[in-house]
Formats: sequence, structure tokens, C-alpha cells
Amino acid sequence: MSLSTPILIMLAGALAGAGLFYGLNRRSRTALVMGALGGIAGSLLFMVPLNFCMFETERTTLDIILGLILIVVGVLLVVIPLQWLFGRFVERRIAFTGSQAGTFKGTFTPFLLLAPTIVILALFLYYPSLDTFRLSTLLYRLGAKRSAFVCLDNFTALVDPDYLRSVFITLGLSLAIVVLGLSLGLLIATAAYQPVKGARIYRTLLIWPYAVSPVVAGVVFALLFNPAGGIINYVLKNLFGITIPWLNDPTYAPWAVIIASVWKSLGFNILFYIAGLQNIPKDLTEAAAIDGANAIQRFIRVTFPLLSPITFFLIITNMTYAFFDTVGTVVYMTGGAGPLGSTNTLIFRIYQLGVQNNDLGKAAAQSIVLFLMVIGLTVIQFRTTGERVNYGGA
Amino acid sequence: MTTLTETQLQAPAASAGLMKRLLPKRLGVHIFLIISCIVIGFPLFYAMIVSTQENADVYRYQFTPGNKFEANWDIVVNKRNIPGYMLNTVIVAVAVTVGKTVLSLLAGLAFVYFRFPGKWLVFGFVLITLMMPTEILIIALFRFVNALGWGSTYLALIVPFLASATGTFLFRQHFSNIPVELCEAAQLDGATPLQFLIKVLVPISWNTIGALAVIQFIYVWNMYLWPVIIIQDQVHQVVQVGLQQLQGNDQASSFGPMMLGAVLASIPPILVFVLLQKQFMSGFQLSTDK
Repeated sequence: MSLSTPILIMLAGALAGAGLFYGLNRRSRTALVMGALGGIAGSLLFMVPLNFCMFETERTTLDIILGLILIVVGVLLVVIPLQWLFGRFVERRIAFTGSQAGTFKGTFTPFLLLAPTIVILALFLYYPSLDTFRLSTLLYRLGAKRSAFVCLDNFTALVDPDYLRSVFITLGLSLAIVVLGLSLGLLIATAAYQPVKGARIYRTLLIWPYAVSPVVAGVVFALLFNPAGGIINYVLKNLFGITIPWLNDPTYAPWAVIIASVWKSLGFNILFYIAGLQNIPKDLTEAAAIDGANAIQRFIRVTFPLLSPITFFLIITNMTYAFFDTVGTVVYMTGGAGPLGSTNTLIFRIYQLGVQNNDLGKAAAQSIVLFLMVIGLTVIQFRTTGERVNYGGA
Repeated sequence: MTTLTETQLQAPAASAGLMKRLLPKRLGVHIFLIISCIVIGFPLFYAMIVSTQENADVYRYQFTPGNKFEANWDIVVNKRNIPGYMLNTVIVAVAVTVGKTVLSLLAGLAFVYFRFPGKWLVFGFVLITLMMPTEILIIALFRFVNALGWGSTYLALIVPFLASATGTFLFRQHFSNIPVELCEAAQLDGATPLQFLIKVLVPISWNTIGALAVIQFIYVWNMYLWPVIIIQDQVHQVVQVGLQQLQGNDQASSFGPMMLGAVLASIPPILVFVLLQKQFMSGFQLSTDK
């Protein structure tokens, strides 16, 4: 590899960083310099550890595309926090002139108080995160003496129908769990929040499955859906004369998992929707009633839009649940991958690849893909929870 | 004003007809809620019935309790030692719940009642961990925890979960809603930060503490993937994984012991949730009586 590639990349990073920063910070000269430096650092963030490997001559176009994406991500990863710090710096100078009321003295004490939290987060979250990135570039088997650097091969290997099918299965499961869980939750919450006698008892009897584990949900629903002795088929047979091979058929196995998961998460959804409904000011629905809106119109036009912060929060939590926690349910219902791999979710793949096949490099690469999906979800959640809390306090 | 008095005047006269019109509506709500409760409760209720049966009863669709409870109990309790797994889970869940609450309280105290250089940097450091679920890190975490020599120990199940962004933010938000006068008064009395935390903040924070304790206890109790990976011996294994012992004894799964195990494993978290429901609701500002 010639020296020109790194220099070109750094130049592009500097230009992008400077441009971004210059635009965002009232076009000051300091911002220009900081942005350029940030851009260079960002473009090198992934390239130095990877030694620019994806731009070597024998690499494929896919490698080059991934490399370019990594440069863009790297620049953003450095410039955005830098921008945040820059903004804080300006704010803090104002904040320091404010009053010192309600605070203790001492600069050492707060760090002492925070030390346990910081140490544990650094050791058990930050270090493994970084290590996941390192592992993802290696051909590394647990117990093997040596490992080999394979550039982005673990990632490019993911462009394969089998893996894409798992992405599809995971997203499909999540979508079904969100849609079914939230609509049923809202329906039951609408009844449960009304001031009927024994409302408290109803509420407790409706929300307790929140405390049940995904594993127990899997164990119990494996019995209910069992081909021999399963009560669901017994009912279906006696009522409609049909039997469905729930757990052995690739068409139905995902639905069995969805039903079990919706049952398990329903309590949580009901709980939050009841809270949301209680926080809606009565005068708004009453005003709509005076204007002649009937119950259904009131619900669609007034109640549901006012619940949207809760709905959004529940979409995110249910998605996270569907991504990770369903693994316990799936293992006990379909044995993990399920008939013809029809319940083979992304997290189960990582478990199988990393723990059962000891292929840590490939498992780490898949973890990072899942990581990116979760970062997307968390950013959305973070932007909406603030709204939810304010609303709840109103 | 006039409309109000008018309705009040009309109310007694119209009440008989009104009752008739109201009663079926409320009755409908009751019926709907009762059906919902039954449907939601059915899976675990049926599991309880099957826990007293043998496989033949299940295949016969017998919906009344069988006479195999003692035999199933013997398998679950004596032969497969499910109480042993449950004890391990209790140890881990209590340790994480207590430890995480204490660490979160300390961190919340530092963030709200101190000014120090780099506060926002530390805050960002904690904040970013919201994006790092353990499930995604299991491969690297597995390597690291094993390198520490913690494989198959309680430490592997406890220490990585002692700090959390959720807990820290919960207390930070709760503390920042407390009037500053409390802190000023405590300072005038010469209280140290720790005294202020224990004597003033903790007594008025029980709802938040309870809420955090409930979600943490349930989270740890229900953890599955991490113990499966890191705990290789049965002596330290948790109950969610231990249930597998009931599944894999014969080729044919025997439902009775399996269901009994599942029911037993669900009792502690359900109990904690139902008993601390009030704290849970007000700690997360979920109930109206704030």
C-alpha cells in the first residue's frame, strides 16, 4: 500500500470536520481549527487500528465501501462529542457565575462517590465494547493458541442470505410483538383505567406477567402449544376442527413465539398505558364531547395522540425486549433456531457462533451489527424519554 | 355555573333511569376485565394444574388436578435440586439489587450535590453506557471475566451488573426535584455529604429506591443468556438455566415437574412485584397520587 491513501483520507477527514464545525459554531476560526483536527482524528479512528487494510489492492469493492463508511462514522464519532463538549464549555462558563446554593464543597469527594460506578462501567462495559471491536477483525477461536488479523472479512461474510434471513426474522418478530402487544395493551388499559369497583385488584391481576421470566413464558407456552396434549390445539380442534403444528412448522413456530412473548410483555404495556391514560387532563376529552365527538372519535382524535409519548417509549422497550430477551423463550419453545431456522434470531446466532462453535471473531462482528441497531434505538429512546417524563409530571 | 346547578337539581329525579343506562355499560367493562384477567392468568394457572399431573393426564386433557404432585415435588426438589438453583438466584439478585441501589445513590449524590471539574464528561461517560446492553458484549465479557478467573462464580453474575446508568439517572432526577433548602439546612447543621444522604435523602426516597429495586430484582432474577454462558458448574447455576435439568432427563419431556419448576421459579419475582407495586408506580411517577 502506498503512502498516498492515508494522506488522502486525513485530508478528506480534515475538510469534512472543519466544514461541519465551522457551520455549527458561528463561523469562528477556533472552530475551523478544532473541526479540522477532529476530522483528522476521526478519519484515523478506525483506520489506524485496521492499518488501512480495506484499501489494499487485493481487496474487493465491498471492503472499500465498508472502509469509506467507517471513515464517515469515525469523523462523526469524534466531531459530534467535540461539538457537545464545545457547547458545554461555553455554557459552563456561564454556569460557574451562578450561585453555589445547595452543593457541598470538595472536588475530591464527588470522584470518590463516583469511583465505584466509573470503575465497574469501565471494566465491564467499556473494555468489553472495545474488545468486541478488536475481536471482530480477527480469526479467533476460543482455546486456540494464535489468532490472525482478517481485516473486515468477518463483516463482509455477513452479506449472505442466511444472515439476512436472521435479520428479517428478528425484525419481523419485533414488529409483530410491538403491534400486537401495544394494541392489546391499550385495549385492556382503556377498560382498566376506568373507575370501576375493584380497579386495583383488576390492575394487579392484569400486570403481574411483567415479573415472569422469558424462560418461564417459553416453558409454559411450550406446553400449551405442544403437538400432543397441548391445550391450544385441543380448543382449536373442538371449535373449528383444525390442528396447527405450532412448534414443528416454520410457518407457525414464529407465531407461537410471538404469542408467548406478547403474553409476557402485555403486563408492562398495560401498566404504562393506564398511567398514560390517567395523566390525560379530563377537560380535554370533555371539551371534545361537548363539541359532539363520540367515544371512538374522542379516542382517535384526542386520547391516542396524547398517548403518543408513552406509545413511543413502549415501542422502544418492546423492540429491545424482542431483540434480546426472547432468546430465553425461544430456547425452551423451539430449541433456539427452530424448525428450518425459522426462529433463529440475531442474538441466538451470536450465542451459537461464539459459545457453541467458539468462533469469537465472527460472533463479535455480528455483535457489532446488533450494536448499531441498538444504538439507533437508544438514540430514539433518549430523545423521547425526556418528553415522557415532562408529560408525566405535568 | 347555572348548568351545574341544573344538573344537580335534575340528578335525583333522573337517577333511576340513569342507573339503568349506566349499569350495563359498567357491567360490560367488568366482564371485559374479568375475561382479560382470566386469559392473562390462564397459562400459569394451567401450569399449576399440570404440576400435579403425570404425562398421561396431560394427553387425556384432564383439567382437574392430578395425584402426582408429591412425585413431581420429589423430582423437582430432591432429585433435580431446583431450590438450590433458586437459592443461587436469590443470592445474586439480592446482591445486585442492594449493590446497585447503593452505587446509584452515591453517584446521584455526586451529580446533584457537588460541583466539580469534568462533571459533564463523567455524566456523558455514564450516559453512553445506556447504549451497551450486556447481551451484545457477552463474547468479549466472557473472555474478560474468565481471564479474571471468575468463571462459574457468583462474582461473574454480580459484579458486572453493580453499576447502571438507569439507577444513576433515576436518583439524579429524583434528587434534583428535592428543594435545595434541605441541603442548605443540613450544611448549617454541619452534616457531611454521607450523613446528608443517609439521614435526609434516603428517608424521603423510599419510593424511588423501591422502584429501582423492583426492576433490578426482576431483571436479575430473569437473566438467562449470561448465566448460560459464564456458569459451567451446576453448583453456582441460576434457576432460569437450572430449569433445563427438568427438561432433559428423558427423551419424552415430562410436563409435571417442568411446570412445577416453572411455577416455583416465578413465585419470588411475582411476589416482589405485587408487594412493591405501590412503590414501583410512584417511584416511576406512574400513579396519579404524586
